[in-house]
Amino acid sequence: MKSGSNLEKLLERGEFVVTGELGPPKGPDAEVVKKKAAMLKGYVDAVNITDNQTAIVRMSSIAAAKILIDMGLEPNMQMVARDRNRIAMMSDLFGANVLGIRNMLCLSGDHQSFGNHPEAKNVFDIDSIQMIKMVKNMRDEHKMICGEEIEGEFKMLIGAACNPFADPFWYRPLRLAKKVEAGVDFIQTQCIYDMKRFKDFMKQVVDMGLHEKCKILAGVTPLKSVGMARYMASSVSGIIIPEELIKRLHGAEKGKVAAEGIKILCEQIQELREIKGIAGIHLMAIEWEHRVPEIVEQAGLLPRPTP
Amino acid sequence: MIVADRKPFAEIMSMVEKYSKILVVGCGSCVTICMAGGEEEVKILASQLRIAFRKQGKNIEVQEAMALRQCDDEYMDDPVLIEKVRWADVVISMACGVGVQHATTFFNRIIEERPTRVVPALNTTFMGANLGAGEWEERCLGCGDCVLEKTGGICPITRCAKSLLNGPCGGSSNGICEVSKNTECAWHLIVERLNVLGELDRIKQVEPYKDWRPSHSGGMRKRVREDMRI
Repeated sequence: MKSGSNLEKLLERGEFVVTGELGPPKGPDAEVVKKKAAMLKGYVDAVNITDNQTAIVRMSSIAAAKILIDMGLEPNMQMVARDRNRIAMMSDLFGANVLGIRNMLCLSGDHQSFGNHPEAKNVFDIDSIQMIKMVKNMRDEHKMICGEEIEGEFKMLIGAACNPFADPFWYRPLRLAKKVEAGVDFIQTQCIYDMKRFKDFMKQVVDMGLHEKCKILAGVTPLKSVGMARYMASSVSGIIIPEELIKRLHGAEKGKVAAEGIKILCEQIQELREIKGIAGIHLMAIEWEHRVPEIVEQAGLLPRPTP
Repeated sequence: MIVADRKPFAEIMSMVEKYSKILVVGCGSCVTICMAGGEEEVKILASQLRIAFRKQGKNIEVQEAMALRQCDDEYMDDPVLIEKVRWADVVISMACGVGVQHATTFFNRIIEERPTRVVPALNTTFMGANLGAGEWEERCLGCGDCVLEKTGGICPITRCAKSLLNGPCGGSSNGICEVSKNTECAWHLIVERLNVLGELDRIKQVEPYKDWRPSHSGGMRKRVREDMRI
């Protein structure tokens, strides 16, 4: 086993996995993490812990991940290239490993201009693809970037993100191929709403055989309201929301927009399950952790398999 | 060329208002071309200072001078310029940061009787190209290890907001970088250019970790050509 994590076991066994997401608080309040984690327990197989997402300062993903481990949940620690050079990355990875973290997601990271400290200096010593290569080398060759031996055994399942909706569209499968070449084990995609474009993307991915070299989890996020849908469509880069989905939300009875959003999500999950090469879903509820149980149940994804 | 912007007048004024003999020195190279610190800009700043001091009821003398390149001894070693510097309480350099520092070192070496104070009138912004009338854009960070041959002549270190070596990231939309609506995604340009050149294979391999030692990360850089030294 590469990491021995539950996520790895389930993916290897061919189970349709469900990963969730948890954003740590803007401070050291462990209760916030515990409360959100408790809502996810038993409903997802692993939980992404974001690393200062949108460049807003939050509790470190390593510390929040440790809280989840203590509660019996499995974290997927996100790590961004924005804030750490290779020295800090490797050091934090050793620390994460010793705390029991066995899954990670290698990301470039949102630019600091989007966050609450836009005046900060960024790092970007290595990029997300090089990070994948670095972690694989640490795990499989027991070596740091410089070639020095690692003391002790380093175990990690290596994940990365993929945005099939960014441009140039035709290049996106090639970029995924590069992540596969770097040694990624699993991929979580950006939120999918434009199913046609995603299917076109997946067809190319399958034709290239990439789905056999890494597990691909389709990213989904419930549309909570018409306003959120419009905001995401217009302001979040790399997200395409077809107008018909916004119309469906708009047409929902008063007080039932959120329920309609969940209904749409469950239909999307069913459609995604049928796409060749999809190994699971990554459910980004975004401050809607309390509704994850009903989403997972309504989508027919319960009970979660035991590793 | 090196591109710069003039500092706000209030900031320049705050640097010099306690002095009574002020010399404004322009630079005849890059900052003349980008219209930040050439002869015209020297005249404008000197006039602004004279008016501002007159409004305060102060009798302050402001003189003007030019050096073709404030970053090179050869173009600074001008008796008229040095005489004016000797006269001044403070020198406002309208050169880039290189020129300001070189002028400081040069004048203090030549003028021994008292220290010479040089202050900057510009904010040096980037090494860039002139895209047309009144428009400049950054093109080089001086990383010390050029990758342009691999990337179709478009620099990802400089032009990608994350300096990615294996781009484009997920924030590229319709060819525009998510960080600024006025910035083209460098990696979008790179993959399109390599595609046209039939060289996409060039970026199929994972680009090795960059060695940042030749860049500023290795500390201040210096170049010596022993064969050229006298």
